[in-house]
Amino acid sequence: MFETLSENLEGIFDRLTGRGALSEKDVDAALQEVRKALLEADVALPVIKDFIASVKPAAVGANVLKSVKPGQQVIKIVHDQLVSMLGEAAPLSFEAVPPVPVMMVGLQGSGKTTSTAKIALRLKNEKKKVLMASLDTSRPAAMEQLRVLGEQIEVETLPIVDGQRPVSIAQRALDAGRLGGFDVVMLDTAGRTNADEALMAELAEIEKNANPKEVLLVADSLTGQEAVTIAEKFSQRVSLSGIVLTRTEGDGRGGAALSMRHVTGVPIKFLGTGEATDKIEAFDAQRIAGRILGMGDVVGLVEKAAETLDAEKAEKMAARMKKGQFTLEDMAEQLKQMQRMGGMAGVLSMLPGNLLGKKAKQLGNLGMDDKELIRQAAIVSSMTQAEKDNPKLLNASRKKRVAAGSGTQVQDVNKLVKMHRQMADMMKKMGKGGLSGMMGALNGTMGGTMGGNLPADLPSGNQMQDFDQLSKQLGGSSFSDPFAGAGSDPFAGAGKSGFPPKKK
Amino acid sequence: MGIFDRLKSGLSRSSRALGENLGSIINRRRLDKETLQELEELLITSDLGLSASADIIANIAQKKIEGEVSEADVKEMLAAEITEKLAAQSGALNPDMHQPFVILMTGVNGAGKTTTIGKLAHKFQNEGKSVMLAAGDTFRAAAIEQLTIWGERANVPVVTTKQGGDAAGLAFDALQQAKTSATDILMIDTAGRLQSNNDLMAELEKIIRVLRKIDPDVPHASLLILDATTGQNALAQAEIFQKSAETSGIIMTKLDGTARGGVLVAIAERLNLPIHYIGVGETADDLLLFDAAIYARALVGLEDIS
Ligand SMILES: Nc1nc2c(ncn2[C@@H]2O[C@H](COP(=O)(O)OP(=O)(O)OP(=O)(O)O)[C@@H](O)[C@H]2O)c(=O)[nH]1
Ligand SMILES: [Mg+2]
Repeated sequence: MFETLSENLEGIFDRLTGRGALSEKDVDAALQEVRKALLEADVALPVIKDFIASVKPAAVGANVLKSVKPGQQVIKIVHDQLVSMLGEAAPLSFEAVPPVPVMMVGLQGSGKTTSTAKIALRLKNEKKKVLMASLDTSRPAAMEQLRVLGEQIEVETLPIVDGQRPVSIAQRALDAGRLGGFDVVMLDTAGRTNADEALMAELAEIEKNANPKEVLLVADSLTGQEAVTIAEKFSQRVSLSGIVLTRTEGDGRGGAALSMRHVTGVPIKFLGTGEATDKIEAFDAQRIAGRILGMGDVVGLVEKAAETLDAEKAEKMAARMKKGQFTLEDMAEQLKQMQRMGGMAGVLSMLPGNLLGKKAKQLGNLGMDDKELIRQAAIVSSMTQAEKDNPKLLNASRKKRVAAGSGTQVQDVNKLVKMHRQMADMMKKMGKGGLSGMMGALNGTMGGTMGGNLPADLPSGNQMQDFDQLSKQLGGSSFSDPFAGAGSDPFAGAGKSGFPPKKK
Repeated sequence: MGIFDRLKSGLSRSSRALGENLGSIINRRRLDKETLQELEELLITSDLGLSASADIIANIAQKKIEGEVSEADVKEMLAAEITEKLAAQSGALNPDMHQPFVILMTGVNGAGKTTTIGKLAHKFQNEGKSVMLAAGDTFRAAAIEQLTIWGERANVPVVTTKQGGDAAGLAFDALQQAKTSATDILMIDTAGRLQSNNDLMAELEKIIRVLRKIDPDVPHASLLILDATTGQNALAQAEIFQKSAETSGIIMTKLDGTARGGVLVAIAERLNLPIHYIGVGETADDLLLFDAAIYARALVGLEDIS
C-alpha cells in the first residue's frame, strides 16, 4: 500500500553521485523520509521527534561503506537506533513470596483476558502453579470467558461469586492463592479507557491492595497515535512493569511498540501472535524494528511458512530434498503452500523492500496471480503417479491427456515441467542457500510460468549479495539463511534442510 | 441528556487535546508555512494519516488568507474541511426496506461487535421493531454467553449453537427463524478476525454465500466495527473487509476514550463507505448517530454547536 522506506531513500540518494561521508543535508532529507515511514507505521509524532533527534548525530558524518548504497547505510543506522530504543526482552519477575500477584491492565478489547490465559499456560509449562481470577464485573460474560479458557488450558480459576467488587475479588484471589499453595495469582482486570477517572482510580486501588509484582499493560499493536496518551495515563496511575503487545500476527506495522516503550520506559515483555492460547512469544526488537521500517518481515514470512506448512509433509520433503529428490508432487505441494500464505502477492509483500521493492509491484501487474498457481496445481493433479514420480515419462500424447484433464494447453504443461526442472535444481542448492535458494527458486518459478516475460531488473545475484551484506550489518545474521537464526526463538533449532523444525 | 450533551461528554474528552493544542499554536497568528506545518501535525496526531492531513492543510493554504487569524477561525476552517470530506459518508441505517432486515456484524478482535449489537438491539426495540440476534461467534470463549446476556437485556431472542459449531449454519438457521417469525431485524454476530488471515476472511464469505441460499439480497447491511484507537491499519481493515464481507457501512466504537478516530477521514477519502453510528461507552444507550459536522467540530475542539 505504501512506498517502502528503502524505495524513497533510494530516490533521495540516487541524486547523489559522490560517496563518502553523509552530509547534514543528505541526512536531513533522508530523515524526512524516515519520519514519513514512522508515521505510516503509527509511531506517535512526539516519539518520532525524539527518535529523529537521537538518530541524526549518529548519521551525520558517518562513512558510507563501499559495499552498500547510502540509503541502505541510513536504514542501518535508523534500524540500529530503533532496536536500541525498543529495548531488550525481559522475563517476568517472580522474586517474591508466593503467591506472586500479576495484574493485567489496559483498554477495552485490547486482549487482556486472552493474554492472561496465554501467560498462565506458559507459567504452567514452567511448572508453576497458577490461579487466574477475573476482576471484570462490567463486561457481560467476561468472567465466564476466563473460566472457559482456564478449563481449556487446565489452569485453575477463582470461583465466580456474583456481586463482589473488583477489589474484594482480588483479595479473595490472593487468599485462595495462599491457601491453595499457588505460585502465581493472575488478576485480569476489566478494560477501561484512560479517560474514565473513576475506573482509573479503581485500578490504583486494586494495585494498592494486591501489591502485584508485575503490572502488565496489554495493548493492541494496531493502536495509532493515541498510544502515547494511553501508555502515559496508565503508567501515571499504576506502576507498570511491562507491556504485552497483542495481534502482532496481522499486517499492522506496530509503531505503537516504540511509542509505548518510549513513554513508559518499561520493557515490552511479550508479543501475542494469534488467538490460540499458545500464541505468545518473547519480545523481539529486531523483528519489530524491521516491521516498523517496512523492510519486510522476513522472520514473519518464515513463520507464516511454518504455520501453513503441513509439518509432516515438509519433513518428508526435506528429507527427500537432502537426497536431491524433488518430485512434481513436491512442487505441487509448494505451490499449495504459497497459496495458503496469501498467494504470490502475499509472499512478495513480506519480502524486504530492498530486495524487490518496485519489482514486486511490476510482477503484480504482469498478472502473476494466484489463478496461475491454481492452474499449475490442477495440471499436476491430472498426472498419473508414475508421471509425477518421473516427469520424463511425459511424452507428447501423455502431455495432451494431462492438458485436457486439467483444462489447460500442452504448452502450459511444458512450462510446468520446465519450471519443475529449474526448481529441482534450485532445491538442491537450497540446503546451503536458504533464502537465496528460495528466491532463486521463486525466480525460476516466475520464469517458468511467464515464459520469460520477466522484467529485466529482477533482483540479480548482485543485489542479493548487497542485501546480504546489509542484513549482516543489521542483524548480525544473514538473511540468506533465515532458518538458521533469524533471531526469534521458534526457529532456534532449525535444521540445515532449510525447513523449520517440526511443530508440536 | 440531549444528543449534543451526550456527544460533548463523549467526544469533548477526545477533542480536548486537539483543542488545547490549537489554542497554544494559534493565538492570532498569520497562517504562514510554520503554522500550517504545526496544524498538519495536529491532524496527524489525531490519526488522520499523512495524506488526508496534507490534503486538508493544502486546501487551507490555497485560500491564501492574509493577515492574522484567531484560534476560532482556524478551528472553523479545519472543521469545514473535515466535514466536507466526511459529509457524503454519513447516514443512518434504514431497516424498513426489508423484512427481515439482515445485518452482519464484522471486525477485528475486540473492536466492539457484540456490544454494538446489544446497543442496536436496544435502539431498534425502543423504536417498536422486533429484533432477533444470532450468536455467530462460535469461536471465542463465552462469546455466546456474552451475546445472550445482551439479548436478555433488550428482551430479544438469541439464536445459538454450541461453541465450536458452524457459524454459517447458525446464520442460516437464524435467517430461517427470522423469516418464519416475521422478525423485523436480524443481527448476526461474528467472531473477531484480523483481515490478514485469509482463511478466516474466507469464512465470512462463506457465511454470506450460505445466507444467500435463502435470500439473494442478504445481508442488507454488512457493518464493519472499527475501534477508534486503531491507527492507519484501519484503512487495510476497511479495504479487505469490504472485499470479503462486502462491507456496506462503518460503526466506530470507543470514542468515549481519548482517541479521536481520525482515520475515518482517510477511509472516507479512499473508500465509499457511510459511517452510521459511533459508540461512546459500554452501556446500551451509548450509541449515537454519526453526524459529519458534529464529529468534525468535536474533533477540532469546537464545543459550541449552533
Ligand atoms: N469505552 C467503550 N468500550 C466499548 C465500546 N464498545 C465496546 N466496548 C468494550 O470493548 C470491549 C470489547 O467489546 P466486544 O463487544 O466484546 O468486542 P467484539 O468485537 O465483539 O470482540 P470479540 O468478539 O472478542 O472479537 C468490551 O469490554 C466492550 O464493553 C465503546 O464505544 N466505548
Ligand atoms: Mg464478540
